[in-house]
Amino acid sequence: MINKIAEKLIFEKSRSGRRAFAQAPMASAEVGIPAMYLRKDRPNLPEASELQTVRHFTRLSQKNFSIDTQFYPLGSCTMKYNPRACNALALLPGFAGRHPLGPESHGQGFLRCMYELQEMLKGVTGMKGVSLTPMAGAQGELAGVAMIRAYHEARGDHQRKEILVPDAAHGTNPATATMCGCVVREIPTDKDGDVDIDALKAALGPKTAGIMLTNPSTLGVFERRIAEVATLVHEAGGLLYYDGANLNAILGKVRPGDMGFDVIHMNLHKTFSTPHGGGGPGSGAVGVGNRLLPFLPIPLVGAAEKDGKTVFRWLAENELPQSIGRLSGFMGNAGVLLRAYVYMRMVGRDGMERIAEYATLNANYLMVRLADAGFELAFPGRRASHEFIITMRKEARTYDLTAMDVAKALLDWNYHAPTTYFPLLVPECLLIEPTETESKETLDGFVDAMIAILTDARENGVSFKEAPYNMPVRRLDDVKAARQLDIRFEPG
Amino acid sequence: MSEMPGDLEYTKEHEWLRREDDGSVTVGITDHAQAQLGDLVYVELPEIDQELEAEGEMAVVESVKAASDVYAPVSGVVVAVNHDLTDDPESINTDPYGDGWIVRIQPSDDLDSADLMSPDEYQAMLDELDA
Repeated sequence: MINKIAEKLIFEKSRSGRRAFAQAPMASAEVGIPAMYLRKDRPNLPEASELQTVRHFTRLSQKNFSIDTQFYPLGSCTMKYNPRACNALALLPGFAGRHPLGPESHGQGFLRCMYELQEMLKGVTGMKGVSLTPMAGAQGELAGVAMIRAYHEARGDHQRKEILVPDAAHGTNPATATMCGCVVREIPTDKDGDVDIDALKAALGPKTAGIMLTNPSTLGVFERRIAEVATLVHEAGGLLYYDGANLNAILGKVRPGDMGFDVIHMNLHKTFSTPHGGGGPGSGAVGVGNRLLPFLPIPLVGAAEKDGKTVFRWLAENELPQSIGRLSGFMGNAGVLLRAYVYMRMVGRDGMERIAEYATLNANYLMVRLADAGFELAFPGRRASHEFIITMRKEARTYDLTAMDVAKALLDWNYHAPTTYFPLLVPECLLIEPTETESKETLDGFVDAMIAILTDARENGVSFKEAPYNMPVRRLDDVKAARQLDIRFEPG
Repeated sequence: MSEMPGDLEYTKEHEWLRREDDGSVTVGITDHAQAQLGDLVYVELPEIDQELEAEGEMAVVESVKAASDVYAPVSGVVVAVNHDLTDDPESINTDPYGDGWIVRIQPSDDLDSADLMSPDEYQAMLDELDA
């Protein structure tokens, strides 16, 4: 359960002269900073006792709403369980103590894991090359579109700067294209959630650099005409970018490479179960088809036979002179990559198929049960992929029960809220992704909570405008937070 | 039911447009649009003298829920922008057809060729969206 006591800031608890011996810094050491740069005043640090400090941070930790404690159906985020084994193995001293500048000969085990991870990701996505260096999904996207740009530039196709983005896309897609110096053209979606083919044909031309697609899309449905889309874009001279946000839905079942995609980023922190939320660290590994192989970000891990043994080593500028370059000081978030590697080795080829099957089964079960309970589906004619959308537009109008009210009321039932008001195409929407790691009992419990909230609003006239009631804080003033963002603490 | 003044014209992107006596047009977003967006926290305005293309991006309105483009209903040149919105973006929520106006444009083309709706036509479109 969540610790519901509102916790003051440690600064507010500070009293002059209190000391915490366990947390206090050791006696100051000489650090050779020139006197002119030394501060004259004491820093404004809190002064609290050891017991106060222990209680403060223990209580804060009890406020965590996390996958380890609660069902977390946050759509498009794939909040699945992170097996403990991945963590334990990634923390083996040989991995955790390895210095990134250590010689290759001292890190053959680590390099082999990274090489095999590249190979496994190639296999499961159907791509020809993989680079593990992007540090997060957004950086993977940036690398992907940068490679598309580099490809056109290398061919002298300098006018190809238009990136097509369906209006159902993640907001990061147009942001990425813009950051890469491209012009974004939005493609509408038809009423069943597929890309509008006629609008796509009209937008394609000699300026087209490529298209960014998520499949299944953020509407929770599989793009049925993906083969036709790929043919049209390629015939127009453009490339196809696959946003791997929803890869969990198709893992081991259908491969982006086989759908015709030229480049893909994978959120290893989603699909391959490394911890995420709260801003990282993530991993946005990229995979490419033959056209983009020379442009992969460096370093990659290569393997060669030497004296009857396989030796692993970094591949960098010398081997890949056309690379878009480096995205980080070393080679990505090594600990995250190791966790993903262990996860893939544990579930294996067959396990990956079962991930997609159960993720889809769970989503469809939840969707049908909620529809039977009277919730309106955004795409009632479609089978869900790994996630689905319900819209509260009728309830918002009739009972003043908005998507936000439902999200807040769920917190009192001890469930994390689904994604709200995204995708933007659907009014008053909740985007729900249960993932494969949840049991039927958990899903049923969530349905019970949803039914109770709807029934209370519909039949008992209950308003949830004040919910949540049982959390340390209630409704926050998000308008004030956005307009007057001032989070400094100033002692009174 | 959204408020909808009868002396304005409307676009399918939920902008309103008022023809001024000097031939310019004042543009904002409709009551329906502000209600859908929720409380606005930021407005990005075009520059004066900036040339706009019909249906091209003209401004950005950002609410606690989402950031949305506002499109130019007609081609033309920006002759005035509502700088008060920088400090008071909520004017769009409280008075979308008055203090919440966004830009004034000197159209470069004949307005009658623009794709504009009467209040009744816009209401019919909203009814259809709501169905």
